[in-house]
Amino acid sequence: MSNPTDFNPVRWLMRNPIWGFVLIVFIFFSLVSDHFFDYRNFQNILVQTSTIGLIALGMTLVMINGNIDLSVGAILALAAAFAVDVQSWAMFATWGNWQILPAVCLALLVGIVLGALNGFIVWKTGVDAFIVTLGAMLGIRGLVFVYTGEQSFYAMNFAYSDFSALSVGPLPVLAIIFLLCTLAVHWVLSRTAHGRNTYAVGGNREAAVNAGIRVGPHMMVNFMIIGFLAALSGVLLSTQMGAATPNLGRDYELWVITAVVLGGTKLTGGKGDIIGTFGGVLAIGILRNGMNLMQVPAFYVYVILGSILIAVLFLDKRFNRTADGGLRL
Amino acid sequence: MTDTPQQPALRLQGIVKTFPGVRALDGVDFEVMPGEVHALLGENGAGKSTLMKVLAGMYQPDEGQIMIAERPVRMTTPIEAKAQGVVLIHQELSLVPEMSAAENIYLGELPLKSLGRVDWTTLFDRSNAILKRLNCKFRGEVTVANLSIANQQMVEIARALTVDARVVVFDEPTASLTDSEKVVLFDIINDLKARGVGIVYISHRMDEIFTLSDRITVLRDGAYRGTLTTADTNEDEVTRLMIGRSLDLSRDVNPPKLGDTVLEVRGLSCAPLFENVSFAVRAGEVLGFYGLVGAGRTEIAETLFGLRSPDSGEILVDGAPVQISSPQSAISLGISLVPENRKEQGLVLQMSCRDNITLPQVQDLTSGPFVSSGAEMEIYEQYREKLEIKSPSWRQTVGVLSGGNQQKIVIGKWLSMKPRVLIVDEPTRGIDVGSKSEIHNLLRELAAQGYAVIVISSEMPEVLRVSDRIVAMYHGRIMREFSADDVTEDSLVQAISGIRAENAA
Repeated sequence: MSNPTDFNPVRWLMRNPIWGFVLIVFIFFSLVSDHFFDYRNFQNILVQTSTIGLIALGMTLVMINGNIDLSVGAILALAAAFAVDVQSWAMFATWGNWQILPAVCLALLVGIVLGALNGFIVWKTGVDAFIVTLGAMLGIRGLVFVYTGEQSFYAMNFAYSDFSALSVGPLPVLAIIFLLCTLAVHWVLSRTAHGRNTYAVGGNREAAVNAGIRVGPHMMVNFMIIGFLAALSGVLLSTQMGAATPNLGRDYELWVITAVVLGGTKLTGGKGDIIGTFGGVLAIGILRNGMNLMQVPAFYVYVILGSILIAVLFLDKRFNRTADGGLRL
Repeated sequence: MTDTPQQPALRLQGIVKTFPGVRALDGVDFEVMPGEVHALLGENGAGKSTLMKVLAGMYQPDEGQIMIAERPVRMTTPIEAKAQGVVLIHQELSLVPEMSAAENIYLGELPLKSLGRVDWTTLFDRSNAILKRLNCKFRGEVTVANLSIANQQMVEIARALTVDARVVVFDEPTASLTDSEKVVLFDIINDLKARGVGIVYISHRMDEIFTLSDRITVLRDGAYRGTLTTADTNEDEVTRLMIGRSLDLSRDVNPPKLGDTVLEVRGLSCAPLFENVSFAVRAGEVLGFYGLVGAGRTEIAETLFGLRSPDSGEILVDGAPVQISSPQSAISLGISLVPENRKEQGLVLQMSCRDNITLPQVQDLTSGPFVSSGAEMEIYEQYREKLEIKSPSWRQTVGVLSGGNQQKIVIGKWLSMKPRVLIVDEPTRGIDVGSKSEIHNLLRELAAQGYAVIVISSEMPEVLRVSDRIVAMYHGRIMREFSADDVTEDSLVQAISGIRAENAA
């Protein structure tokens, strides 16, 4: 086993093939596009990826737990609808810009509560998280349509939509929020007892129970974290648009899972980290941005991303095979 | 079978297989004659499994030759190996539980009619013929999930007989069998032998090897250590070859310094698993639980650890009645359980040695919001030294350690929680002979240090060696309690088979 202090970049890249890919697409687009290697474009990429990125952080926890959350896109839409709608409620009419505060708080609370509900059902019924959150995805999306009456809500307070244009120094606020959350979740996962238990529960649930870890409540906390992050992502997305549409966040669960899996997190649980997930998020962000700059039609992005997803996982299997070799199919 | 001057059914010559960083096999020679049982012995990590995988076509050797009937062959898949007449019966059953026994027997080779339809009549006829040859009492139509482990193993063996096998490899076949089931298995092996099939028999259990085998080949650290004729050797010689030193099998006779009763159980029932179970264990002693698989021993342990709730009865810790509703409450009462299957229930295989040891208390090892790496290292180092855990580094994932070291990690994990009662379920299952005696000594030593130790075991020599008192169980009931001085193998066997001794104390 290597010493933690001797850092070997080749070894590191073999364990995190997605960062090799990030490097390649970064260099590629810098060479072929005139507009890509530009500070303002980098800001753009960070802001564009923050939506999926925030949810991917939570998804990493949930997936290391051996679960999955398909309801994030729907939670995002419901939270966004609340954030935009509540600020124009009559009771906050005299609050001025402060009307945004209860709206955002309520939206985030909705995310946490829905996450808690997902987690609670998984805990108490023992039904697979895939099924529970598939149901939640359909149900919550339905609630969004009921709530919005199939209409878009528009933010009447311009301070709300101006928020997304704010910068602190060189960095847009949205990028800062994303980066701070990334750091926070990275710390939770790699350095806290909760993070350690996340790996243990996903790696061997029975051993975790036998070690006295309260597995049910533990999983619920991670569902609450992803619910919160999905809602936060919804709020930030609606500030960018100045509106909340009922179809907001459609297919986001697929993008998020793609990013997390690209980052090396195993669907079966027990393995993964935020460094990988961040790489996965950036890979998708750079690819979409770069191809957009080169005016490649958006559908090709799907084709290429799909191919890359399989290629990266193949490389991961090649490089990180155990001495056992795995099964030849 | 022809009776020409015997040539080996299978011969391996100078097999070398390396993995990144490991020379798993280093020039190994091995041969099986037709109609011979050739035992392959070695500690975990000695290279037995690798050798078997080479034999079964799962690995390609880097050097050396495989000869079948003295013709060199190359086998690149298990199917090819089977076609050559080499069949491996896996240690871990590899059956599809939802399918019928017959479908499992012919898995991948189902007899077909036109248009790729399965020929069910032929399938069931052929499988039932094979099952009958094996004296099995079930039919091919039955779903595998409904069969006992022993019968599932029969299905696995039946699978080997669908071809005209020259060589059948048994990898730890008795690991999950009861004594009576073993007898059936040995009959089958002798039957195969009589038909001229060469048998490779891998096991840790000396008694089995000496009953069954004609010759014994020993591997150590991936290298060939010699072949002995079973009739001319003894356990000592084999053990010395295997571990490179002699074993100390004596039981220390120092009478234990007994403390107070730590744990007492009165009339505990959890129908239909166990009924009216009463016993007590004192600090400083080892209480052994002996019985057949399914006698209810593991379930009692699980109840004491809060994984099951009893129907009735009392559990007392230090004389005070307690409720144990979850592992958390068991742990806080000082009760720890080293479970039966360490890989499934005890360890998180992808996690490091250190993280596995600190798992139950990681939330208490924090400084601020973060886990304190220093406190973790301190605990790891303490128990690594105390239990002599051999691992290249604390960061090593436990999945690659040997069974003995894995077990020590689980024991270390619980010792670090400072328990009063340590329950160890099958302490040496799947652990090689050398490490076995280490674990036994460790359990004795822990008792001497004042822990109350409960050992559950299906191996009589083990119970006899480690226990101060032995509780014999049969069908969920305690039949009799023995002290180490008055126990005999006969009375123990009688007690666990349900024969109530007349003079039961």
